[in-house]
Amino acid sequence: MPRTPPGRPMANDVAIRASGLTRRFGDLVAVDRLELRVPRRTIYGFLGPNGSGKSTTIRMLCGLLTPSAGSVEVLGHRIPQEAEQLKHKIGYMTQRFSLYDDLSVRENLAFMSRIYCLPKRSRSARIDAALDTYNLTAQARQFAGTLSGGQKQRLALAAATLHEPEILFLDEPTSAVDPQTRRDFWETLFNLVDAGTTILVSTHYMDEAERCHRLAILDRGRVVADDEPDALMANLGAHVVEVETDAAQALRQRLKNQAVVLSVTQLGRRLRVLVRPRVHDPEALIQSQMRNAGIAGNARLTHASLEDVFVITTRHVDRTPEVAA
Amino acid sequence: MSACFTRLFAIVRKEVQQLRRDRLTFAMIVGIPILQILLFGYAIDTDVRHLRAAVVDQSQTQLSRRLLTDAESTQVVDIVAHADTGEQLQRMLDRGDVDIGILVPHDFERRLAEGTRAAAQLLVNGSDPVLLGSARGLLGMPAPDIRLPPRQDKAVGLFEVRNFYNPERRSAVFVVPGLIGVILTMTLVLFTAVAVVRERERGNLEMLINTPVRGSELMVGKIIPYVVIGLIQVTLILLFGRLLFHVPVNGALHDVYLASVVFIASNLTLGLVISTFSKTQFQAMQMTIFFLLPSILLSGFMFPFDGMPRAAQLLAELLPLTHFVRLIRGVLLRGEALMAMSHELYALLAFVAVALLAATLRFKKRLD
Ligand SMILES: Nc1ncnc2c1ncn2[C@@H]1O[C@H](COP(=O)(O)OP(=O)(O)OP(=O)(O)O)[C@@H](O)[C@H]1O
Ligand SMILES: [Mg+2]
Repeated sequence: MPRTPPGRPMANDVAIRASGLTRRFGDLVAVDRLELRVPRRTIYGFLGPNGSGKSTTIRMLCGLLTPSAGSVEVLGHRIPQEAEQLKHKIGYMTQRFSLYDDLSVRENLAFMSRIYCLPKRSRSARIDAALDTYNLTAQARQFAGTLSGGQKQRLALAAATLHEPEILFLDEPTSAVDPQTRRDFWETLFNLVDAGTTILVSTHYMDEAERCHRLAILDRGRVVADDEPDALMANLGAHVVEVETDAAQALRQRLKNQAVVLSVTQLGRRLRVLVRPRVHDPEALIQSQMRNAGIAGNARLTHASLEDVFVITTRHVDRTPEVAA
Repeated sequence: MSACFTRLFAIVRKEVQQLRRDRLTFAMIVGIPILQILLFGYAIDTDVRHLRAAVVDQSQTQLSRRLLTDAESTQVVDIVAHADTGEQLQRMLDRGDVDIGILVPHDFERRLAEGTRAAAQLLVNGSDPVLLGSARGLLGMPAPDIRLPPRQDKAVGLFEVRNFYNPERRSAVFVVPGLIGVILTMTLVLFTAVAVVRERERGNLEMLINTPVRGSELMVGKIIPYVVIGLIQVTLILLFGRLLFHVPVNGALHDVYLASVVFIASNLTLGLVISTFSKTQFQAMQMTIFFLLPSILLSGFMFPFDGMPRAAQLLAELLPLTHFVRLIRGVLLRGEALMAMSHELYALLAFVAVALLAATLRFKKRLD
């Protein structure tokens, strides 16, 4: 796959650059002064709860939504002014399935191959290759509307990559996909990156986020963390204590009300407790809490997971009034 | 440029594939014309009784008086006035004092005996379908002289009708040409409006506007398949009109289709404009009806154009159906050449150009 550098001089290793990117819908600020720098040939993740502005940001980067403020440059093109020049170079997999339900898998891909004006000679070979890559050969004649969730998402990815874009925007590509299919899906993403593609992917899944080269965590339109997943976990800014106890529910209620406890998550008989960094010995703190309550069990310090990062960074002040007090 | 045609062709092809699978739309394409033509052709009874008539009896014979009594006994006309000359009669008609004029010439008896020319004249305002329908009653009247054999020869009637450009005796003949326009408006505006809005509703548009496809390619590609569908509908209505109601094609057939193509395009482009204003199929439907009603009422299809107030006439000139009704009646009924009415054709072409431009300009490859 030949990758030509963009026509305009620009730091060649940056595919997407956004600065002060803002989008308002009436009073709502869906995306708030977003700063973004996506290096080429990487998988860049957007992790964030519902309504945090992931889709809105992706739409602005594609030139589909006009930003209320800020500037965007994608592959050296200023967006949204030069959005049309960019169309050939990007692929966009929408959050909602957006191919034609009443066309077959092959007809959908054939439609895309014509819309992108792929050379006539190579069209059907490319479609065959895509069907093979995305494991859809058996469904080639099936209507897209009757595909299973995972098959639909494979078809959508096949359609978005048929014209070999330099950047691929994937908006929650694996919602409603089983773990094995998700694994396969990511394998194809890494193959694409090896071939030179830059991928920006939004997700709710921690295991997906962890596979990204770099990750931005969005919360209510703002980037609250932006780093490599390992770095994010290493710099959590909280102790993680795992407690094993038979009275998990009672202990959870008790710990929740401690000012130094940032969050308590129950996982069956275990509790995962995030404690403020100023506490010197979080294990001892929790053990003393258990003793006071007459609860048996044991607590030990452990490594942060990406979910811990997510919980800490997207934790809203208004949900934990004791911090304000 | 070739790239441009590839994308256009992609849109056309996709649209046809979807249409082939959409049974409901397909049923509408065929069903609506047939239903409407039966409804309008059979159900609309435009027979009106007791029309006011004025008479000029230049013959003043026993036979001519018999004719007038017979005419009155059909209850179609009431003779309310007598005039001395044809001009006087014409003035009464022009003023609207009477609806129908009956002129019995000096040589009425001789004409009746020879049977080669119509014996008397009936003056009717040919632009009014209601009057035309009623005149039917008189045209079928037997000759007043019982000694004469009943007229088998349809070519020479008892009455000769003047200022009457609908030579057949059925009001359906007058209605069907306009009905072509009404049916095309009814179906095609909605088809294209919905064809675009449906993509928006189903989320296809978000994918589509992220591709290199141009707004103009999308717009033109969307309407091409429906031009063919419109022509199929025209053919259906012409066929049914011919078989059921003996609607003639007095002009050239290619003129009929040429006028139809331009009119179809004007409806389709209007549908595109509507689609750029509506977010849901329901909104598109409502806007279509908002347009359809004045089209039917003001175009001259329902009511004579000349009888409408000036403001309504001006408004009607903006509606494609008004121009098409004139064109198609001219070609089908009066046998006129299309180019003799070229100004109507140009009006339609102007509408297409403006609507297509508006739709393309309004269609933004943006979501906001
Ligand atoms: N067209 C619009 N009009 C008004 N509000 C909008 C519009 N699009 C998005 N929003 C609002 O902007 C906010 C961000 O929406 P967005 O779709 O970007 O979130 P998201 O992070 O993609 O969420 P999810 O994970 O649920 O897909 C939400 O509060 C949403 O209600
Ligand atoms: Mg979203």
